[in-house]
Amino acid sequence: MSTNEIKISAKDVQVYYGETHAIKDVSVDIEDKTVTAFIGPSGCGKSTFLRCINRMNDTIDVARVEGEIKLDDEDIYDKDVDPVQLRAKVGMVFQKPNPFPKSIYDNVAYGPKIHGLAKNKAELDQIVENALKRAALWDEAKDRLQAPGTGLSGGQQQRLCIARAVATEPEVLLMDEPCSALDPIATAQVEELIDELKQNYSVVIVTHSMQQAARVSQKTAFFHLGNLVEYGETGQIFTNPNDKRTESYITGRIG
Amino acid sequence: MQPFWLVTIIVVLALGGFLLGRMRALQSAEGDARVLHSRPNYYGANVFMLTAVPSLIVVALWMVFQPVLIEANVSQMIPDRIVPEGGSKGLVMSDVRRLADGLDVAVAEGALTADQATNIRAEFTNIRERLAEVGVVLGSNVEAEVLTAAQAYRAQSATGALLMAAAGLSLAVAGLGWSLARIGVGFRARNAVETGMLALLILAASIAILTTIGILFSLLFNTIEFFRIYPAADFFFGTTWAPSFSGRGGDSELGVLPLLWGTFYISLVALLVAVPIGLFAAIYLSEYASPTVRSVAKPLIEVLAGIPTIVYGLFALLTVGPLLVGVFGRDGALGVDWMSGGTAVMTAGLVMGIMLIPFVSSLSDDIINAVPQAMRDGSLGLGATHSETIRKVVLPAALPGIVGAILLAASRAIGETMIVVLGAGAAARLDLNPFEAMTTVTAKIVSQLTGDADFSSAVALVAFALGTTLFVVTLGLNVLALYIVRKYREQYE
Ligand SMILES: Nc1ncnc2c1ncn2[C@@H]1O[C@H](COP(=O)(O)OP(=O)(O)OP(=O)(O)O)[C@@H](O)[C@H]1O
Ligand SMILES: [Mg+2]
Repeated sequence: MSTNEIKISAKDVQVYYGETHAIKDVSVDIEDKTVTAFIGPSGCGKSTFLRCINRMNDTIDVARVEGEIKLDDEDIYDKDVDPVQLRAKVGMVFQKPNPFPKSIYDNVAYGPKIHGLAKNKAELDQIVENALKRAALWDEAKDRLQAPGTGLSGGQQQRLCIARAVATEPEVLLMDEPCSALDPIATAQVEELIDELKQNYSVVIVTHSMQQAARVSQKTAFFHLGNLVEYGETGQIFTNPNDKRTESYITGRIG
Repeated sequence: MQPFWLVTIIVVLALGGFLLGRMRALQSAEGDARVLHSRPNYYGANVFMLTAVPSLIVVALWMVFQPVLIEANVSQMIPDRIVPEGGSKGLVMSDVRRLADGLDVAVAEGALTADQATNIRAEFTNIRERLAEVGVVLGSNVEAEVLTAAQAYRAQSATGALLMAAAGLSLAVAGLGWSLARIGVGFRARNAVETGMLALLILAASIAILTTIGILFSLLFNTIEFFRIYPAADFFFGTTWAPSFSGRGGDSELGVLPLLWGTFYISLVALLVAVPIGLFAAIYLSEYASPTVRSVAKPLIEVLAGIPTIVYGLFALLTVGPLLVGVFGRDGALGVDWMSGGTAVMTAGLVMGIMLIPFVSSLSDDIINAVPQAMRDGSLGLGATHSETIRKVVLPAALPGIVGAILLAASRAIGETMIVVLGAGAAARLDLNPFEAMTTVTAKIVSQLTGDADFSSAVALVAFALGTTLFVVTLGLNVLALYIVRKYREQYE
């Protein structure tokens, strides 16, 4: 059905946390200009796999990644690849909101400043405004841009982190449960943003909401106990899964 | 009775009370601990507390105040006539005390009977010889009045001790009886113990606070005394420090500015050394070092904090000073002739800086470690490098704590004495050249009080004025530190 190019291609990926084998033999091709949803019970390794894609697991001492992950046909675990540059291309919204102890403005401007995306203050202002608008936070934040980001509510912090990630213009956006603390209205706005991002980028979203996965994604991957059980068109996974475990999870019998 | 035995008896009483209370509580519940309001141990603890605590507090206070009262009493008995020329009543009083102790020893050794000790008269017996036989050496011949005073001292001490024992024991027994009587199924022993604990904690806190206030007042009184004999304006704005120890220090010039300048200058050099090195070391240890390196290096740096400052002083005097002269002195490596002697601001500052490194690094390291990993992840996830993350996220988040650590180090630097005495010299000087000898407030306090100046003269009392000044400066620094920390807290959390 889809004719998009492959953006990320993972082959036989294993992740160990010390002795724990957290990801087992996962191979998956994630398409460009597509929203891919990762679903699965808590602790099955969704966040772990997501963190492999921008090498955030490098920061965990005990974590060890094996296998091959290619971004645009380039092995991201190759010695020549600079993880810093990789992360500028592959942005991430973390499972727990982690705003910096800086003002709302500085939180969003952080990435653009580091990467020199703005030529002057006016441009930077524009980038910040756009990012906040896309993350559906502008109306609440426009009068308090200089207030600390840590002073926002949990859901507002979550959107601030989305705005922060969007502002750096990544090619791939990894979102780990970006709507877990959001009300239906804000959720709808974030889903709208995801839809819009899909026009140009590849988006991977981890979610515990089946409805959300069904609404926003075109592809769905179901993880269970570190294994990728099933991967395919979202419609097919939700209506006609091949694997028993997928079916039980979707219908709410395991989880 | 000996205080030791008194305390032992009270504690034994209290322990017995504990067991009795426990038993009584169980009895009143007819062996079923579940009907009691509190666990049986609480009943015991309540008895223990009421028996031991009030009586021990009374005994402790008694032991503090009794000698003071007796001194005051006895010193009235000493006529001015026998106070030697130029000496003070206090000196005679110490003779009295020594003599009273000597009599005690003599009685204990059997050289005198208790009766003899109380009734012996200086006119008829050579006390000095009698005491020398049992190994108590007195400085001069004993005057009749001194002996009478000593005997009165002994008598009053003995009565006091007796009264103290009576008071302590009766209080203990009263507490024991009362608390035992109160035990019953419905008695809320747990709450009573809780209240008792609270009272104890409050007591401890008040002792700490009262002592501080006491120290402060003694500083203040002596400072006011000083300003009575020496004009405050000359002290605060005088630019010369030239105490003259002859003739009660009448023509001394006691301007504090050169000392404050020395303090400030040396501390500044010390901080210029300690802050960058300490901070960078902390950043390396907490952000870059592997766990093995960290577990070795951190204790090693902290060893620096355990070195006594006098050792640093020796290091300054014997190693750093000559080394600096070798570089900056007349025939030194640079040939610049900036430094004439080993003792200088630079010498003391450098060594003090080394001493302060662990303060800055250890505290900063803890503070940097306390910054949540999620914050670093957030920055790294946006494509920031490790050092960008540290500069732009970790350090700003840790800033209040780091500022606190630096100000703490500054307080240490300002209060440091030994390194200054040995490393910076004793010359009070207002000068910009860091290779000149200078001195600080603390070093001068030492030298003002270690001479044999009269304690009521300006040259000695100035030490208190210096102490007060120093106290105010350090207090100001601490307040500033608190203010900065608060301000950033509000902004960021
Ligand atoms: N830093 C870590 N150190 C050790 N083990 C870890 C670490 N992070 C995750 N794990 C383990 O790896 C496994 C997968 O964790 P992961 O966070 O990827 O789960 P998840 O699918 O994201 O779960 P959730 O839906 O609850 O977020 C879990 O068993 C977890 O205990
Ligand atoms: Mg997760």
